[in-house]
Amino acid sequence: MSQPARIIYCHCAYAQVVPKAVKEEVLRRLLDSGVAFDAVADLCEMSAKRDPMLKQLVEEPGMKIAACYPRAVRWLFAAAEAPLPAAGTDVLNMRVDTADNVIFALLGDGFKSREAS
Amino acid sequence: MITAPKLIVHLALYEGEGSEPLAPPIRFELIRTLLEKGYAVSTIRPGGRVSSPAEGSLIVLGQFTGQTPPQAVGVSGAVQVYFRDIRDLDNPAILLAVEGLCGQAQLPRPGGWKPWFPVIDYDRCTNCMQCLSFCLFDVYGVSVKGKIQVRSENNCKTDCPACSRVCPEVAILFPKYRSGPINGDEINPDDLRREAMKVDISSLLGGDIYQALRDRSEKAKSRFSKERDDDRALKERQRCLAKLQEQMEIPAEVLASLPSIDQIQAKAEQAKARAVEALKLAAASSDA
Repeated sequence: MSQPARIIYCHCAYAQVVPKAVKEEVLRRLLDSGVAFDAVADLCEMSAKRDPMLKQLVEEPGMKIAACYPRAVRWLFAAAEAPLPAAGTDVLNMRVDTADNVIFALLGDGFKSREAS
Repeated sequence: MITAPKLIVHLALYEGEGSEPLAPPIRFELIRTLLEKGYAVSTIRPGGRVSSPAEGSLIVLGQFTGQTPPQAVGVSGAVQVYFRDIRDLDNPAILLAVEGLCGQAQLPRPGGWKPWFPVIDYDRCTNCMQCLSFCLFDVYGVSVKGKIQVRSENNCKTDCPACSRVCPEVAILFPKYRSGPINGDEINPDDLRREAMKVDISSLLGGDIYQALRDRSEKAKSRFSKERDDDRALKERQRCLAKLQEQMEIPAEVLASLPSIDQIQAKAEQAKARAVEALKLAAASSDA
């Protein structure tokens, strides 16, 4: 089973816009999967504070980001002067997608939901 | 944006060689607790890759099987690394230890920011300066090349998306907004039509918004002098504000905190001058 190069999980800690059940299920299954990943409290905060970690993150290709709308994530990174690479970044939207779909996109089909396995 | 970076405290939960893994429910609760307190946490597992801070501080938590120094310096020399053994500690105790370390080492505390600010989609923005002209709270500014920027996001009024409503290109996002396309959702032709209707301030107020406010002010003065009908003036003002509030989803608190009509006029003149100057700069930059 291949492991993604880099996974970023955003907990959207400062607003209630990402369904709690989805983000917690994604977090739980990422932790249970045994992969290493970066969890951030809120990408909006990192963008607003121009956290240098964002610049570091975009230096490597093949990043997968579990957060919200791709257009929002893209311009949050750009606002922090850390533009996402034009290709090779997947943004998974926990505002509208299911935890199953997000986990599948992050980890592949080796990580089925508890119900499915 | 021009604000200097403010570092966020980064933690790492180390479960690689030389440590014992946490039980899954404890690991989940710990990470969730730390995230909800505003910390960034890298989960370090065997064979995986995560970010490593280039500067600032890193607090490494783990159930270490060997001896770890309480403090070290990262290989780059720019990162201060602190280790905390969390064996036998419950989550509140771990949080207390992290907060204590932050206080002791004078590390920045999480939070202290407002999760409401505009983000510009430069694929759509045409640099028309309507947002700069419209916002009365100086959230927007321009770069040295005359490009519109979010300059003072802390000035932005929570839950007010009015500038995104006036943007003719739907280029202003508020990621925490409840609905699309302002929240960053993709824009479809229906959205464009709907936004175009909402941004048609000219039809809403019968011309330039500031001119309309000036006209209203003049009419009000004239009416006051003739009729001295304070109640009628108040009702008219409330009707106008209610219409603005409804059409542009401006929170009542924002309307209540608007400057006086004279201040609005002065700000409008300043914003207009800045916009004209910025457009000249942008034209000069594109010619160069």
